[in-house]
Order: sequence, then structure tokens, then C-alpha cells
Amino acid sequence: MLGKLTWGAIPFDQPIPLLAGAVVLVAILAVLVWVVVKGHLPYLWREWITSVDHKRIGVMYTLLASVMLLRGFSDAIMMRLQQAVSFHSPGFLPPEHYNQIFSAHGTIMIFFVAMPFVIGLMNLVVPLQLGVRDVAFPTLNSVGFWLTATGALLVNVSLVVGEFARTGWLPYPPLSELTYSPGVGVDYYLWSLEISGVGTLVAGINLVTTILKIRTKGMTYLRMPMFCWTALASNLLIVAAFPILTATLAMLILDRYLGFHFFTNEAGGNVMMFMNLIWAWGHPEVYILILPPFGIFSEVVATFSGKALFGYRSMVLATMAICLLSFMVWLHHFFTMGAGADVNAIFGIASMIIAIPTGVKIYNWLFTMYGGRVRFATPMLWSLGFMVTFIIGGLTGVLLAVPPADFLLHNSLFLIAHFHNVIIGGVLFGAFAGYTYWFPKAFGFRLHEGLGKAAFWFWLVGFYVAFMPLYVAGFLGATRRMQHYDVAEWRPWLIAAGFGAVLILIGIAFQIAQLAFSIRHREELRDRTGDPWDGRSLEWATSSPPPVFNFAILPDVSGEDAYWTQKLLARQQGKADEPHYEAIEMPRNSPTGFVCAFFATIMGFALIWHIWWMVIAGFVGAFATFVVFAWRDHDEYEIPADEVARLDRANIAARRELVTAARDAS
Amino acid sequence: MNILDPQGPIAAAEKTILIDSVAIMLAIVVPTIIAIFAFAFWFRQSNPRAKYQPDWAYSGRIELVVWGIPALTVILLGGVAWIGAHQLDPAKPVDGTGQGVTIQVVSLDWKWLFIYPDQRVATVNTLTVPVGAPLHFQLTSASVMNAFFIPQLGSMIYTMNGMTTHLELRADEVGTYGGLSSHFSGDGFPDMLFDVHVVPQTEFSDWAVKSAHSAQGLNADSYKELVKQSVPKDKTVYRLEDPELFQDIATQRIAPGPGPDPASGKEQTVSSGVPHSGADHAR
Repeated sequence: MLGKLTWGAIPFDQPIPLLAGAVVLVAILAVLVWVVVKGHLPYLWREWITSVDHKRIGVMYTLLASVMLLRGFSDAIMMRLQQAVSFHSPGFLPPEHYNQIFSAHGTIMIFFVAMPFVIGLMNLVVPLQLGVRDVAFPTLNSVGFWLTATGALLVNVSLVVGEFARTGWLPYPPLSELTYSPGVGVDYYLWSLEISGVGTLVAGINLVTTILKIRTKGMTYLRMPMFCWTALASNLLIVAAFPILTATLAMLILDRYLGFHFFTNEAGGNVMMFMNLIWAWGHPEVYILILPPFGIFSEVVATFSGKALFGYRSMVLATMAICLLSFMVWLHHFFTMGAGADVNAIFGIASMIIAIPTGVKIYNWLFTMYGGRVRFATPMLWSLGFMVTFIIGGLTGVLLAVPPADFLLHNSLFLIAHFHNVIIGGVLFGAFAGYTYWFPKAFGFRLHEGLGKAAFWFWLVGFYVAFMPLYVAGFLGATRRMQHYDVAEWRPWLIAAGFGAVLILIGIAFQIAQLAFSIRHREELRDRTGDPWDGRSLEWATSSPPPVFNFAILPDVSGEDAYWTQKLLARQQGKADEPHYEAIEMPRNSPTGFVCAFFATIMGFALIWHIWWMVIAGFVGAFATFVVFAWRDHDEYEIPADEVARLDRANIAARRELVTAARDAS
Repeated sequence: MNILDPQGPIAAAEKTILIDSVAIMLAIVVPTIIAIFAFAFWFRQSNPRAKYQPDWAYSGRIELVVWGIPALTVILLGGVAWIGAHQLDPAKPVDGTGQGVTIQVVSLDWKWLFIYPDQRVATVNTLTVPVGAPLHFQLTSASVMNAFFIPQLGSMIYTMNGMTTHLELRADEVGTYGGLSSHFSGDGFPDMLFDVHVVPQTEFSDWAVKSAHSAQGLNADSYKELVKQSVPKDKTVYRLEDPELFQDIATQRIAPGPGPDPASGKEQTVSSGVPHSGADHAR
């Protein structure tokens, strides 16, 4: 790739915007460095930036997602306000700005909020649930995270240096080709996603390998918690689908940088090929996002109902069916491009078939509650909110899968309402449920319940106020991406949607307040037992936060709901013998991921701006980082048996108190 | 633009399918939502009358039902989709009274050009059609993608450069309706609106004859002006001088639209020089 890129180019880009951008970037970096140098830099570097611990990487993924959620939401609220005021009026955002905002909103929310959030939760929880000490490729895992961060950084750099794409979150050619989008916006989009796409692929490979190859004794496939199954399905999809995205965007890059004609109007380019390729990735992508939340809801509903998941095997089957079917329906994204009746009908029916396993899941969660003792803690509220909301999103989705209905509703605000209905009501609610549920596991203290419930209600009501009006506007013929409009009937609905966005803003404010409050009052919210919710799977069998090695003694699993069974056994048997502790080898931390991403950032930025010497420098740097890593001598260190024993005894003592208390109570 | 207020047979049939499909799904969705609330409420921890069955996690009968209900619904809806997709295929001819009208549609940056080859008329952003007659649309794009959509007449369809798509519609009520582009196409996209005047058939003939004598003529030269990026204020009516114009556009004998003007485009200030010269060089 480097050879081709250096071949076509000699000139630097124009220096003026480059210089201006560099000054802004340097200023931001200076502030960051100043904050960090106040004494936390060595700690951050040692314990977080270079960490190859899957739990820490998981936390960093979710932190990245949360920060980017704020950015993506700022875009959202600007769009809603623009549409609320731009009736017979240009509003406050000119088209070139508005078009960047909706493009950035979609790109950020999918690639840098939803993806890192679910990948972060999977990283944090899957190895714990499998009862193991680490993932298959710890350093690669760190590389994957930092490359994702690079993509997010480049998207944000486009705010101050140059511009972002003005083409929508999927850059359909020919609009995204050089003729119609000569600016750097599309290039920012392309390189951000090429780089972060590699990170995502790496994360997927790591998690697939971990689930398939590294499980504790007795953890057979059909004893894995549901979240591990959905993580497996999701990551299989990542491994299968993300190379398609990378290749498709690479073709568009070739068109734009080297005058190829994959998707141009001229010289036999074929835009339909882009549609097919991008959606061959794009449809599996939505299942990559929704499957892990399905797993989260399965864990949460079972835990807070005090019951095993209803129809576990049925759920496994449904999950894998969705995984397979998701690759066979991509054409429903362009029924209106004149494909012909047979093709449209077949893809419409295939899309509906996905509703069967999804419906089964809803019913299985429903029957998990049946005969349970349902506790309405925050994670359970998110799950119930999800179940109701997602059914509505499913209904509108199946409606859009009926080609003649899609002929009226395609690209309308009805479609916008539909996919926000499933992505907010499904993916985001799931991510928030998982965040609240596993927060004590990650940090050792719970989040404040009252503030969490307030956040939930504002999000839920805000969602309905923001998006139900868009369904109506869609029936009134309103199409997406309108910078201004003069159809009077649309106006009240768009104003209502603006109010909904404000309610969601309040929900987000409560979430920030909840986090800040919980950190200040962490001693009162401390989870001393490692099992704050009376959990069922193995992540609750270790302390909160878990030691770096997760489990002092690797658990031996003898059935589904491994930890629940252990607890029952412990209550019957009482005190167990002290286990025999052994020294544990763990991988050393490595700056490989961070350094590699540093050079990738430089390379991506240079490619966007056609600064070829810097491209070479970035590439050589990234490559050299890997070479240095490959020649390392000491990749592991040993934790002595005494230290392991000391940590574990403390955990066991706390846990025993809980068991005793529970036995006395019953 | 209300799609629930159709003014032609296609839109009416699509609306029926839409409402039927929603009704079929509501039949299982509403009970399910009620069951979620009911189960969650009844089995709340504080309810001593609810029986706690911590080990109840499988029932073959319930499994059969929960796979069966969605499957049956999808079989029913799949039938609706199959029949609907065939009956309402956009290219399928529509019956009507009187002489059919062929209308060639070209989406430009950022306006619609409508060509009536038989009447020797062309218009920008305004469409006049006879009531009750079959309307044969042939569509293409001069530059980027758009989608042609008259919500009250039904079935949107994409326009793509180098390709021709087909759409058959009919309008059953005299009146004026709104049309728009329903696929984002750049900065002028929200202004790609057009009106559709559905008039009695005799009035249409009069309009066509009068328009064919319009002072402004459309040929390859005047098209060159039209193809440049702009949002027109007037809904111009042309006499069509070149009846092959649509074919020339659709087959790219006339080059695709030029995109932003390098001299005036705002984004050009940042980055134009290098990509342009690079692309020219490669070609």
C-alpha cells in the first residue's frame, strides 16, 4: 500500500491549513500533557496506556465510547434544533456544515460509540465468564484498542483541520468521488475507518480465538453463559464482515487517490457494486452491534429474576441463526433501486425470517421472568425498557422489509425512527444495562441507583418523544437529511422531536452526575464480596475489581450457571478446604499498541493531506514497533504463590461472610 | 405529501399493504408487550403470592409456541411481501384511461428535469400530467444518485448516472401534489422539490401544445447550463429541440455533471489543487 501511495505523489499539501491545524492540535496536546504531568503520567502509562490486561482495555474501550457519545450527541442535538427551526428558513447551520454534522453523527455513533462500547464490555467480561486469566492475544488486544482510538481522534481532528465528509455516514458514490466531493472530508472518513477497521478486526480475532480455545476446565460450549455465545456470534461476524468494509473503502480510496474507476460515473465504474459491498458489511454490522446486548439482557434478566435463563439451548440456536442469516439480507437496503420483483421479494422474506429467532429471544426473556423474583434494579429497568421498545422497532423493521411498504418509506424519517428505535432501544440500552451491571465488577463499587433510575426514565421518555414523531413525519413524506423544508405538516413533529432530544440530554446529564456522585461516595457503595447482584456466572466468583490474574484457582465448571451452582454447593457444605496456590505467569505490559497507534495517527493524517514523506515516516514507525515487539525477550512475569494466596484469602473471607449471612437469613 | 392519503392506484395499494402488515404484526406485538408488563409486575420480588420457581427453565410446549408464533406470522407476511413485490413492481405497467404519457426524468445538481419526448416539451421542477392516464417514467441521473418520489402517487425509485430505471404510476384525482428527492445528493438537496399538477386530459393536451411553443428551447447547448450545480428559482418550461437528449444523458454520450465549480466552491479553498491534478494525471 505504501508503494502505491508514494508512487502517485510528490507535493506537500498547501501549508496554511496544515499549519493552523497543527497549532490547534499542539494546543490540545499541550493541555493534555500539562494535566497528565501533574503527577499521574507514570501511573497512567504503567497501569493503563501500556496495559495488556483485558479488563483495563475493556474499561478504556467503554471510556472512549462514552466520550464519543457526548460528541455524537452534540451533533444530534444540533441537527434536531436545526430541523426544529428551519421551516421556511435556512436555520442556523448552512448546508455545508449541516451535511458534515449528520455524516459525523452517524459515523461516530456506529463506529466510535456503539462498537467500542460493546467491544469494551466483551473484553471486560468474556474472559471472566469463561473462568480464564487472559485473552488469547493480549498485546494484539491493546493494538486493537489504540487503533480504534486513532480513528476516533482523526474524526475529531477533522473538526479543526479541514472538514468531515458531507456524504452521509456511508459515502455513496458518485457523491463521494473526487468529482463531487473534492475536499478532504471523505478522506478523513476513509482513513479513520480504514485504521479503526483494522483495530476492530484485531479485536474480533482475539475474542473469537479466546472463546474457541481458552475456557476453564468443564466450560463446554453449552455451559458458556449467554453473553459468551452472543460475543462469539458477534465476533465471528466481525471477522467475516470487516474485511469487506476495509476492501470497499480501499476501492474508493483508489478511485480518489489514484484515479481508479471502481465506482465513478466514467470509464465503466459501477455504483451498484458499492451499494452491494457496503451493505454486505453493513447489514452484518447491525447484528455485530445488537448480538452482545442480547447477551447482556440475557444475563441481566436471569440475574434479577433470580432464575436460570429460560430455554438456554433455544437461545443459543437463535443467536447462531441470526449470525448466519444476517449475511443474507443486505439487499433490503436498496429495494428502491429497481432490482426487480423476484429479487426484492426474496430478500424481503429473508429479512423477515430474522425476526423469528429475534422474537424467540424476546419470549425467552419473558419466560425467564415467569416464576422469578424480579428486582427492579437499574440494569433490569434498562432491560425491560429494551424489551418493550425493541418490539416496536422490530415491528417497523419487518414493515420496511415488505418491499411495497419500503417503496413509500425508504429513506424517510420513518426509517430514521426505525433504526434509532433498534439502536438506541437495543444496542444503547443494552450497553447501559451492561455498564451499570458490570461497573462494580470493574471498579469495586456500585453506581448510585437513584441517579441511574432518573437517567433511565429521561432516556426512555426522551427516546419516545424524540422518535415517535419521526415515524409520523415519515408518513407525511418527510425524507432524511433535509437542511431546511417548507412543508407545514412536518413542522410540529420536528419540533416535538427536538424536545425529545432535550429530554435525552437531561438523561445524559444524570448519567454524568451518577458517575461523579458514585466516585465521590465510593466507600458507601463499595462491593466487598465481588457479587453485588447475586450473580450466576463466573465473573461474580472473583473479587471486585478482580486481581490481574482474575482467578487464583481456575474454576472447575460442572453445569450451566457455574457460579450459581458453586454458591448453592457452598451453602450446603459450608467451609471448604484451603486450595493449594501456585505461582501465576501473566503477560508483561507493552507500549506496542500505543506506539503503533501513534504512528498510525501520523500516517492517517498524512494520507488525508497528501504529505507523502510523513506517510512514509508513520508507516516505518508503525512497522518498526512491531519488529521491536516481535524480538522481545521477556514477555511474561511471575506472580509468586504467596502473593496469590494473600489476595485470594481476603476475597474468600469476605465471601464467606456473605454465604453465612445468606444461610442465617434463610 | 401524506402517504396515508393516496391519489393513485399504486400509492393506494401500497398503503393497504402497509396497514395490513402493521395489523398482522400488532396482533402478536400488543399481547407480548402486555405480557412483559404483566409478568414483570406479578413476579416482582415483593409479591408474596407469586410462586418462586428458581429451577424452571425449560418447557418444550412453550418453546414450540415461541418458535411457532413468529414463524407463522412471518409466513403470512412473507406471502404479503411476495405478492406485493410482484404486483407493485415499479416497472409493471398500470392500466388507465386515455393515452399514456412518457416522461423522462433527469436528476441534476440540484433540480429535476422532466422531458416529454412525444409532446416535445421539457420542464424544470414542475410536472404536469393528465388524470387517469398511465404515466411511463424513465429515469436517470446526470451526476450523483437521487430518488424520485411523489409520496401521494407511490413508489419512489432511484436515479443513477449511466443507468435507466423505470416507474409506472397513475394519478386519479385532479390536483397539485408535492414531489421530492428522497436520496441525499449534496448541498442543494433540500431544494430538489417539484410540484405535480394533475389536470384533465384535454387541459393536458392544451398545456402540451402551448408549452411546445415555449420561447426557451432545450438542446445539448442549453442543457450544458442546466447541468451546472445550482438551485433554480423558476420552474422553466422549454420546447424540446433535441428529442434524443434523455438517451444521450443516460448513455453518457453527454458527459456527467461537472460537480462543484473549482473557482467558486467553498471547500476548494482548503484542498482542491492536489486531488484535481492527481486525478487528471491518472486519467
